[in-house]
Amino acid sequence: MTTKFFGEPVRRREDARLIVGQGRYLDDIGPGAYAAAFVRSPYAHARVLDIDVSAAMDVEGLLAIYTYEDLTGPMAEPLPVLIPHPQLTAPRTGYPLVRDVAQHVGEPIVMVVATDRYVAEDAAALIEVSYEELPVVVGVDAAEAAVHTVHDDVPDNIAARHHQETGDVEAALAASAHTLSFTQYFERSASMPMEGKGVHARWDDADSSLRVYSSTQASTSVRAAIAAKLELSLEKVEVIAPDVGGGFGVKIVHPWPEELLVPMAARLLGHEVKWTEDRREHFVSSAHERQQRQEIRVGYDDDGRITALDVLVWHDNGAYTPYGIIVPINTATQLLGPYDIPVYRAVVNSVYTNTVVVTPYRGAGRPQGCFAMERTMDRIAQERGIDRALVRERNLIQPDQFPYDWGLTFQDGRPLVYDSGDYPAMMAKLKTLVDWDGFAERRAAAEARGKLLGIGMAPYVEGTGPGPYEGAHVQVLGSGKVLVSTGLTSQGQGHETVFAQLAAAELGVPLEDVEVTTGDTRRFGYAVGTFASRAAVVSGNAVALAARGVREKALRIAAEVLEADPADLEIDEGLVQVKGTPGASIPLRTVAVLSNPLRYAFDEAARQATQFAGPGDDSKPPVAVGDAPGLEHTDYYSPLRSTFASGAHAVVVEIDPATWEIAIEQYAVVHDCGTIINPMIVEGQVHGGVAQGVGGALYERMAYDRDGQLTNASFMDFLMPYASEVPDVDIDHQSTPSPLNELGIKGAGEAGVIPGSAAIASAIEDAVGRRIAAMPVSPTELYDLVRSDAERVINTSPHDSGAMA
Amino acid sequence: MTDMERTISVVVNGVPREATVPVRWLLSDALRHGFGLTGTHVGCEHGVCGSCTVLVDGQPTRSCLVLAVQMDGHEITTVEGLSRSDHQGGQVLHPIQEAFRECHALQCGFCTPGFLTTIAAGLDARDPSVEITDEEVDELVGGNLCRCTGYANIKKACRHAAATMREGAKVATPAPQDEEATR
Repeated sequence: MTTKFFGEPVRRREDARLIVGQGRYLDDIGPGAYAAAFVRSPYAHARVLDIDVSAAMDVEGLLAIYTYEDLTGPMAEPLPVLIPHPQLTAPRTGYPLVRDVAQHVGEPIVMVVATDRYVAEDAAALIEVSYEELPVVVGVDAAEAAVHTVHDDVPDNIAARHHQETGDVEAALAASAHTLSFTQYFERSASMPMEGKGVHARWDDADSSLRVYSSTQASTSVRAAIAAKLELSLEKVEVIAPDVGGGFGVKIVHPWPEELLVPMAARLLGHEVKWTEDRREHFVSSAHERQQRQEIRVGYDDDGRITALDVLVWHDNGAYTPYGIIVPINTATQLLGPYDIPVYRAVVNSVYTNTVVVTPYRGAGRPQGCFAMERTMDRIAQERGIDRALVRERNLIQPDQFPYDWGLTFQDGRPLVYDSGDYPAMMAKLKTLVDWDGFAERRAAAEARGKLLGIGMAPYVEGTGPGPYEGAHVQVLGSGKVLVSTGLTSQGQGHETVFAQLAAAELGVPLEDVEVTTGDTRRFGYAVGTFASRAAVVSGNAVALAARGVREKALRIAAEVLEADPADLEIDEGLVQVKGTPGASIPLRTVAVLSNPLRYAFDEAARQATQFAGPGDDSKPPVAVGDAPGLEHTDYYSPLRSTFASGAHAVVVEIDPATWEIAIEQYAVVHDCGTIINPMIVEGQVHGGVAQGVGGALYERMAYDRDGQLTNASFMDFLMPYASEVPDVDIDHQSTPSPLNELGIKGAGEAGVIPGSAAIASAIEDAVGRRIAAMPVSPTELYDLVRSDAERVINTSPHDSGAMA
Repeated sequence: MTDMERTISVVVNGVPREATVPVRWLLSDALRHGFGLTGTHVGCEHGVCGSCTVLVDGQPTRSCLVLAVQMDGHEITTVEGLSRSDHQGGQVLHPIQEAFRECHALQCGFCTPGFLTTIAAGLDARDPSVEITDEEVDELVGGNLCRCTGYANIKKACRHAAATMREGAKVATPAPQDEEATR
């Protein structure tokens, strides 16, 4: 492989269309499509008694109304449990349209199709649904108490009891010199991409086939789900993820009810149908994440080294479990971070509530796990009177301990084995970057200005790039253009650019000759999807392998033409040449032409490959046995197990003791995702992750009231950070390549968000001297906290004057 | 045309156009569904996110907060209209469009048109020969939501574009002020 392009901050290919308004997002497709709108449950828990559509029938432009009664065959069955797990003992999923009981506000009950969205909503507004309200369960505490149940047949509200351990934690706790136990809370937020979900479907009656566009992170699996639910043969369904306006996890869940219902309607009506989610719909019907109550017991020695860790988590999974227990597993396993914990037990009780489903949002259980671990480290530091950085350093896994096998099972069903890392070096870089040891002066200066300054830190380890696999197809055309396709989807990560970099580097062609397609089942049918920071690792390695296959074939064909040994050939700038022999060369595009023996010439280039064009070897068939025409190759990369990226964040907060406003003065990141394909894109991922981490720590929460109404279901009330809330980020990189894949890549997509709440909580605690045991924290909550009898903490940052509060 | 519709005359990206629109259509509806200008994206439909921002008579305006019929007689510039044709029939991007690409100021690209129109109007309205301040940059980007980038590179792009325009102002003879900026 040439190193050209690999590792370079190449400008993005996709930007050319996006900066001039020529992107093609879901709602841009099918301007003549009928529009779907939904009647959704206004109650968090209610039995549907009657649906009266009579008033809606007179609306001019109405085309169809569908209720559960109209669903047949597999469509009338519950939606799939996508990721079954033996510990998911009471899985429940809804129906595409509510059958009899709505389990959260926003669950779809009726689908209306009309000539346009306004008309569809007019009709939807005239549909009268009568309900019997049922008792509502909101929050993990209510779910655990189980005074009321979400699902009648799950009396304890527990969907799953996820349990993993590495040894006898009770004995290890009993043998520990010191122990601590405490409880803390983490709130709900959500992916909240700027583009909501959306589906467009077109039924071809003559061909009995369906083309579906969906704003999804998993087009191949959406395709399989549609085929199964609508009882179509797989080859009659194609699914394309167009430009997708952000995902962050919410679009990995599938099939959303609309992804089945819109194609169903398109088929029944024989006309294009489209549904574009509006913002309120997104708030009340698309997935959220993150609420947990964490009960932690830890044993440690005089030096603050952990001897035993026992974690019980109550995890709110919302009304259903379509995505299994991936988030609980991530919390249970990724909580461990970069630390060498001798004995560990995690139990996560995943409980039902009458709220929107909880499925992965960037980080997917890891921010909560990091919060649990890092708050534990801070408490140990405080109890022992040791600097917080030092306590962490004493507990780190050392570079000579890799591969570090936890004896646990990760979310991909494979062993939790850290592949590589250098955590002590990472922490050293972080301390330098944020000037950890020089903080006392800064604090004193702030105090002189009447401000409270605090510093916090949080390292993390992130399992990235899980399998089972991704594939790629690379083809060189006679024009010299190189087509690359992979089934995995894109939501802004720059895949068109980084996969082009990989293919160009492997093939020795100019970057502008490479065209990348992602998430289009017409081009590549086998894929898993974009989640768990896996695209660069899994599709990236697949693209490299496929390009290498093309390269080998090209060298073989060129060697025959040039009468040279393939080992003596190289490809540079699209020219196959004999190393060190100027002039002995053949363009790759010509090799592509020659790779496909032709009978018919359709242009000048093709003439070269026709049967009378030149002397052939009459002793062999035109296409050798075992060979195939065309300069193309398909390959797959299936990782043995996940790679483990790592990083550490440090935050300095300044708090105004008059208003208790929390301002982030400095945000420092050390980031290690192994070998980097495009540093510009990696830094962009870190920036975006940090912004979401800050949002989750200080602003964002889903405010459900006791009745299960989401009281802040708009951008006016759910506070996503604007530029004014996001700090500048100082980034330092470290690279410990993964030994598990040839490119040495680890994932980078989610990292930035993981330690945000942990680091910010630590910094606030350091500033105000009060225990922060719940996130996010608002100025009002901070004000209440410092005026309450809440536990005071001993300040352990490198300055011991204590806090003013 | 029913009594629920009105015909409006507007200038869209420099081209005079007429359209018969339902009276309840938002400007964003008219642009996207009426004129097929899908570069204007609707992110929240309640005026908070800024994705749908277009320029009405040169002023940044949330196209989800005005009705199409209110636009009769006005001039609208969408993201599709930020670039200009050069004399060879090619496309000359606005400096902020170039800067967004140069500085990796976009990821999914959905909010991008709103940022571009807002920032372009702001940059066009200022004296390009004066170095842009951090406060000005904060003001330019402060009203729009982006979920991907964390804004750092959007701010960087503002500075980059302002620097480009400053260079342009130095090199060129004093150019006539931009039409939209003076209106």
